[in-house]
Amino acid sequence: MMVLASTMELAGVDDPINVSQTVAFGLIAVMMVFGALRVVTTKNVVHAAMWLVLVLAGAAAQYILLAADFVAVTQVMVYIGAVVVLFLFGVMLTRAKLGQEADLTRKSWFGGAFVAVLLFGLLSFSLIDTFEDSKIPEDRQMGLGATVQVDADTGEVEGSTDPALGSNTAAVSDTIFSRYLVQFEVISVLLTAALVGAIVIARKD
Amino acid sequence: MLLNQFLLLGAMLFAIGVYGVIARRNGVAVLMSIELILNAVNINLIAFSALHGDLSGQVFALFVIAVAAAEVGVGLAIVLAIYRNRKSVDLDELDLMRG
Repeated sequence: MMVLASTMELAGVDDPINVSQTVAFGLIAVMMVFGALRVVTTKNVVHAAMWLVLVLAGAAAQYILLAADFVAVTQVMVYIGAVVVLFLFGVMLTRAKLGQEADLTRKSWFGGAFVAVLLFGLLSFSLIDTFEDSKIPEDRQMGLGATVQVDADTGEVEGSTDPALGSNTAAVSDTIFSRYLVQFEVISVLLTAALVGAIVIARKD
Repeated sequence: MLLNQFLLLGAMLFAIGVYGVIARRNGVAVLMSIELILNAVNINLIAFSALHGDLSGQVFALFVIAVAAAEVGVGLAIVLAIYRNRKSVDLDELDLMRG
C-alpha cells in the first residue's frame, strides 16, 4: 500500500541534536554554498573550476558526516581527481587567453535568478512541510545484516554488524554485487560506451 | 542532525546549479553547473540512506557519480567539437537549428 508523505511516520523527531556535528555541518554548508555561488558568478572559467573543487570537497566532507566513507573517497577520486582535471583541459583547449571574460554570463541573467529563487522557495517549503523535525539516527553506521554475513572460512566478504567497528565499505560492496549486480554491469558498459563515444566525437577527422 | 538541513543544502545547490545552466553562456561553465546539480542529488541520496539505515542510497550515489563522469566526458567532447567547427563555445551563437 502506498503511504502518502504527509501521513508518514517521521523518524527520530524526539532525538537529541548533536551540537558538534551540527556546527561542523553548518561550517561546511556555508563554505559549499559560497563556493557554488562563485562557480556560477565568477568571470574566470579557471577560477570557476577551482571554486568547484571547494564545493566537491565540501560534499565529500558531508558524506563523511553521514558515515558514507566509501562514497566520500570515490567523490574525491572521481570528481576532484578526474572531472576537475577534465574541466581544466576543456578550458585550456577551448580558449586562447586565460583571464577575465566579460561575456561569460548572459545579459539577461535576471530570468535565471528568478527561476532559481522560485525553485529554492518551492523546494524548501515542501521539504520543511514534509520532514519537519525528522532527525537522522545517531547511529548511522550500517554493517551487513546478520543474514548476509558469511563465515570467514569460506573466504567470502565479512562485514561487521557492530556499528562501532568503523567502515561500512564491505557492506556497500556486498550490496552492489548482490542486489545491484545487473545495474552495476550496465553502468560499466555505459561508462565504456561513453568514453569511446567521447573519443570518437573529439577526434580530428 | 536534522534531515532537513541536508535536504535544504541539496535544494540550495540545485537552485544555484539551475541558475548557472540558465545564465551562463560558456559551454564549459554550463557543464560545471550541471555538476553542482548532480552533487545536490547525491547529498539527498546519502541523507536518505542515513535516515532509513539502508545502503541502497549510497549505491545509487556511486552510480550517479559514474554517470556524471560519463556525462562530463561526452559533454566536453561535444564542446570541443563545437569549438573546432565554430571557434567559439558561446552557446548563444549556436543557432544552427533555428527555424
